[in-house]
Order: sequence, then structure tokens, then C-alpha cells
Amino acid sequence: MKPVKTTPPRRAHFVSKFKIILLVFMTSLSSGCNRKNVNGLILAGSTSVQPFAETLAEAYMKLHSEISIDVQGGGSSAGVMSAQTNTADIGMSSRSLKDKEKTLWSVEIARDGLAIIINPKNTITSLTLNQVRDIYSGVITNWSQLGGKDKDIHVITREEGSGTRSAFEDLLMDDIEIDPHSIVQDSNGTVRQLVGDDANAIGYISLGLVNEKVKALELDGVAATRENVLNGTYVLSRPYLFVTSSEPVGEVKKFIDFVLSADGRALLDLEGLITYDSGGSQ
Amino acid sequence: MLMRPKTAEKVAQTIIWSVSILVVLLLFFIVSFILIKGVPTLTWDFLTQNPTQSGRSGGILSTIVSTLMVTLVAILVATPFGVGTAFYLTEFTYESKVTKIIRFSAESLAAIPSIVYGLFGFIFFVIYLKLGWSILSGGLTMAVMILPTIIRTSEEAILSVPRAYREVSFSLGGNKWQTITRAVLPSAFPGITAGIILGIGRCVAETAAVILTAGSSLHMPESLFDPSRTMAVHFYILAREGISMERAYGTATLLIIIILGINLTANMLVNRFIAKTR
Amino acid sequence: MNLKKDKMLRLGFFLVALSTLSALAIITIFIFVEGVPLINKVGLVKFIFGMKWAPSQGLYGIFPMIVGTVTVTFGAALIGVPVALCVSIFLTEFAPKKIRTFMRSAIQLLAGIPSVVYGFWGLTFIVPFIRDYLGGPGLSILAGSLILAIMILPTIISITEVSLLSLPSLYKQGSLALGATHWQTIYHVLIPSAKSGIMAAIILGIGRAIGETMAVIMVLGNAVALPNSILDPARTLTTNIGIEMGYASGAHQQALFATGIVLLVMIMMLNSIAQFIVRKR
Repeated sequence: MKPVKTTPPRRAHFVSKFKIILLVFMTSLSSGCNRKNVNGLILAGSTSVQPFAETLAEAYMKLHSEISIDVQGGGSSAGVMSAQTNTADIGMSSRSLKDKEKTLWSVEIARDGLAIIINPKNTITSLTLNQVRDIYSGVITNWSQLGGKDKDIHVITREEGSGTRSAFEDLLMDDIEIDPHSIVQDSNGTVRQLVGDDANAIGYISLGLVNEKVKALELDGVAATRENVLNGTYVLSRPYLFVTSSEPVGEVKKFIDFVLSADGRALLDLEGLITYDSGGSQ
Repeated sequence: MLMRPKTAEKVAQTIIWSVSILVVLLLFFIVSFILIKGVPTLTWDFLTQNPTQSGRSGGILSTIVSTLMVTLVAILVATPFGVGTAFYLTEFTYESKVTKIIRFSAESLAAIPSIVYGLFGFIFFVIYLKLGWSILSGGLTMAVMILPTIIRTSEEAILSVPRAYREVSFSLGGNKWQTITRAVLPSAFPGITAGIILGIGRCVAETAAVILTAGSSLHMPESLFDPSRTMAVHFYILAREGISMERAYGTATLLIIIILGINLTANMLVNRFIAKTR
Repeated sequence: MNLKKDKMLRLGFFLVALSTLSALAIITIFIFVEGVPLINKVGLVKFIFGMKWAPSQGLYGIFPMIVGTVTVTFGAALIGVPVALCVSIFLTEFAPKKIRTFMRSAIQLLAGIPSVVYGFWGLTFIVPFIRDYLGGPGLSILAGSLILAIMILPTIISITEVSLLSLPSLYKQGSLALGATHWQTIYHVLIPSAKSGIMAAIILGIGRAIGETMAVIMVLGNAVALPNSILDPARTLTTNIGIEMGYASGAHQQALFATGIVLLVMIMMLNSIAQFIVRKR
């Protein structure tokens, strides 16, 4: 379970008596409550991008202590919308922009691969995209159907609304429904832990989060590696975009420049994302 | 098949003893599993540094501060209402339709699942009152949640103050207010405090309601309007996302120590209270 | 003069006491206002008895979760109630004073441990155990029931203990004087006399099990389909809210509030039954 990611209104206008009482009560407890975003940026959108944006913001604020950066969730669509309406200075999206959104300015700060993971004890090393789809739609239910042991496949998916799940569905499922009997987990971390613990499990997580406890499968013979994502042969990948309403200027531009700089890219690489010298804006 | 009474007695005793011992062992198992892995992490630095890299490194200071602030808001709001309600039920009225409705409301509040409190706090404090995810939203949600606990314990405490105290106060010319504040409240005080402390325990341990109302920002909160992450939420996120198991155990250990401390304090107060009123 | 003051005072305390009622009213109203529009749109019958939950396709049926809630809770009660009764009897009838004091603190601690810690413990020990020795993915109804059985112990034990302790000591003395053994007295006299308190304890324990979220999210597997066995994963009403609230918006979010309505109604009914039993006594 995670905190709600729809973006609620931030600050109250104190009108009613009740709120005045609250205000008095609060000011007596804390000093200055009005400080936010005097000199600050707001980022909002994809919860897949959010943790990386937080890391970037943390590093940036260390260099520029005068700036405060607030990173919020909301999902990719909310992120694009918040850039459109200038609710946020930068919208974050973990999907490509749709045609009607193409009027916005955007830059790909990194790519993220989706790895299909199984337990290292499982002897299978490669599946076709069709096989993975059949596993997730419930057509293939036993590892023996794929040349493995005669054991039921424990299918693990993400919850409805998760960006990783919708990326998985978009890239691979072709509008075929994921079997409702599948186990549902609400984070990359738990999917990885469960697959690492269970010899008969299969799951999908961000490529950057694959560790020694799980095994990333080759898809159609292509290994899940950074190189293959970059050269486009590994098809399960998605862009992480920063979106703004118009060509960025001022503090927004400075922050985006930092993100695209060698330092910013090094940070994202360290976090497991796939970056490259994109040469700036599109 | 009927057993002879003697045999039945033996069998029943054995079962009851062993089940009870098993329950205690289970508790030890759960607690020690956390403590063994967590105690080594509990260093001074862990407690006094802020988390960095989403909690992968650094300490848990900001989550401790968040927990304290959410709890403080909850207690400050719930205590006057809870204790006031208890006084109304015990000192101002006879059992009637009204008290029945109030008691029923309190019992119902106690029964509502914390996730429903989370939904309520989110839609009411966060969205409707526009407080955003904040310490205030989290604290106010928790205040409603712990209200029944405080009412119930305060009521018990007030009821066990001997009648004579009140009669003496009245006979000395004290009015109702003086009687309540000078005769009843002081002797019920330890019992009421115990209830408040148990409320603190619930605030510290709560996850579902807080995560939906206070958010999960790891920043050190600077005002009541800031979003924040309490320790229980921090433990959940660390353990779930597999960010840092070491720090997850450390956080859980501190939680358990706090809960233990809270229970011991509450018991001590109740015992002192019982000793005093008898 | 004094009388008037007292009246004012009384009114003041009365208004404070109304806080419980108003809180309950506001909670109910806000949850209903958010959730009812979706139930209206989907249709109450379709919402409750619908077999398919797929918000991205606009399908909102929570029947699998109602089944999940009922089975997991039933399992928890099946395991938890006998254990809790044993412990309560132990505390009131068998335990030496020192052990009793110690055990009461132990049970109090059990009640205070955050539910996330229980869930994590279950994920670390119970889930792998079930997977390795009983089969299935381990995340299962059985795992959920076991964790909940432990979590409802303090509720059932404390209420049962109180109702056993509040029996007149004459009952016990009389029975023993008639030559009954200790166990016969407990089984034939004490438990039947405390029946209504014990029933209330069990119902409140069940309420606690239905309402628990975080621990269950971690061990139940959260699949949105009807389970075929207790080794299958399932989803409860609470975990449906807990697991999806993070990203939900629009109709999806309303549907989670609607799930909350169903949960609230279930809990209120149980609570009223428990109160009724206690009152009747």
C-alpha cells in the first residue's frame, strides 16, 4: 500500500471559524507555516519516475540550497496535464506523449527496461513474448509446458493503476487480460522478493532493480541488458520524460540541464536507469 | 466417548497450559526476530540523522519527528473531547437515550477499520478541508481514531473515584465545576493518563490511516502543513520495497521498544491508581 | 445562580460529548458521498455480486473480495477463538499470580505491535513454510488466517477474561461444593454463564479481523478471483482499498470508497450485534 498519489490541493484558505481555531492551534505549535515554493520547483506525475526525480532533486538542492524542489506523484497522465496547465513546473511521464500532447516540450531523461524475472533455480533462461503473454493470460499454467519442471507457475503481477503494470500491458499483453488468479503485489520490491523466494514464480520489474536474487529472462532470444534496450532490440522498455508547457527557462531550465548533465546521468545510472547523451531537448 | 472426570481434568489442564505457553513463545518469536536483527542498527547516528537516498542510507530522525508531531496533534485534539465526553457520561447525566447514543457512537468509532479512517481522513481533511497530506491531516484522523480509547479509559477512571470525594466537595460548598476539577479529576488523573498513553501507542503503530492522510515524504517536517512519513510507514516502505532491510529492522525495533515502554508506563499508572483508590 | 452555572456547564460537556456522534456522522457521510455515485452507476447488485474487478475496463464487482474477506476471517476465527478461550481460562483459573501478570503484559504487547510488523513476520516465516510444505505460492488464505488469528487474540482474550472475572464467585464455589471437578466447573458452569460476554468478544475479534489491512496485504497475495482452496491467494475488502488507493483516481477511486461503504456496513452490523448481546446480559 502506498500513499495516495492523486494531487490534492495544497493549502487551505482560512475562512470558517473552525479553520481559524485550527490555525491558532497550529501556529502555537509551529513557527512559520508559510514558506513553500517562494523559490521552488514543483514536479508532478509518474510514480515510476518519482523516486528518481527525488534523488535528483536531493542532489540538486545540495548544490543549490536556495532552491526547494517538491516532487509529487499522480501518475503519468496527471503529470502531463499538470505541465499543460502549469500546475507543476515539470510534469513527469513514464510513457511516450500521445499525439495530442505533442505540442508540449519534453525531454527523455532516461529509459527504463522491464525485465521478466524468475527464480535463479528455474532452469529456463529464455521465453518468447508470446509465451510470456500466455503465462500472464492463464493459457500456460505449468512450467513443464515450457520445458521446465512439472510445477504450477505462480504468476505475480502489479496492482491496477500501477505504471509498471500499464507499461507491461501496453508493451506485451495486446489487450489480452491478465489472469485474475494472478498474485498482485504493490511494489517492484515485493515482486522481486517473492520471485527470489519462490522457485516457481514469475514476475516483472524495472530492469534497474534486477539483482542476484532473481534471473531476468531473455525475450525472443534477446537478453535484458542496457545495451539491448539502447539499441532497441529488447522491446520491453519505456521512456522517462520530463514535460513542460513550453521551452524551459530560468530555474526549470537549470534543473533540467543538471538532470541531463554527466552528473545527473551518473546519478540515474547508479539508480539502475539507462541514460545516454541525448544532447538536450527534442 | 466420555472421559472420566479425573482424566478430563488432566487433559483440559494440559491443553490449556500448553496453548498458553505456545502463545507466549509465539510472541517471543515475533519480537525477538525483529530485535535480533534490529538492535545492532540502533546506533546514535541512526536515531539522529535524517534518511538519505529514500532511506537506503542515513538514519530515521525525520520519521521520529513526524511520528511525534502526528501523535502530538492527535493527543492534543482527542484528549479534551475524550475526557470531556467521559465526564459528561459519568458526572452530568443518568443513563438515558442520549447516553446510549453517545456510547453507541463511541463503540462504533472503535470498531471502524483503520483503512476506512484512512479513506475518511483523505477525503475530509486532505481534500475537503484542503489541508493536503500533512501532519495536521494525519494527526486529526488519528485523533478521531483514538477518541473511543480515551473515552473508555477515562470513564472507567472517573467511575472508580469514590462517591465520598464528590460528597465532601459538595458539602464544603464546592460547585459542580470545582468538584470535577479539584476532587474527581486529580484522583482519576492517572487512569486518564493511562488511556492517553494507550492512544499514543495506537498513533505510533498505525500505518494504513496515516499513509493516506500524512503522506510519505521523507523530508524533515517544518510545519504542521508538511507531508511526512511516520516510523511505522517508513518500516513498511523500507521492508516492502526492499530498500534497506537493515534499516527496516532498526525502525521496527525502535517501534517495539516504544510500544513496550508505553505499555509499561500505562500499567504502572493504572496500578498506582488502583492502589490509591482502594 | 449556581444552578444556572451548572446548567451551562452541563450543556458545554454535552456538546463535547456530541463529538463522538458527529465524528461518526461525518465519517459515514463522507464515505457514502464519495462511494454511492459509483454504486448507483454500476448498480448495487452488480457491484456486490459482480465477479469481475477490472477498473481499467470499468468493471467493478467485489464479490470475490467479499468471499475473500469471509473465508479469511472465518479461518482466523476457527484458529484464533479456541486459542483465545484457552488463554483466557488459563489467566482466570490456572495461572499463578506472577505468571498471570507477566502474561497480561505479553498479551498487551501483542496488541500493541504494529500490524505491519505482523505482516512482515508472516511474509518471512509463514508464507515460505506454507509454500514449502503445503504447496501453492504460499501467499494464501491460510497465511492470512494464521496471521489474523494471532492478531485477534488480544481482543478476544481481554473481553473474555473480563466477563469470566465478573461472574459471582458463588457460581464457582457452589459448583465445587457440589463435588464437580475444576474443569467440570469451568466447562459446565463458568463458560455457560459468561456466554454472552464470550460471544461479544468473538464478534469483536471477528470485526478486528475483517478490518485489518496492512498485515493481510503482505501475506494474502491479493488475487482478484474466487479462490479454489485455502492455499490460493485471495483479496479482502480492506486490501482492495489498501493496494489500489495509491494510484486510483476518478471512478476507480470512487469504487474504492464504495468498497469502504460495504466494509463499513459489515462492521456496523457486527458491532450492533455485539452491543446487543452485551446489553441483553
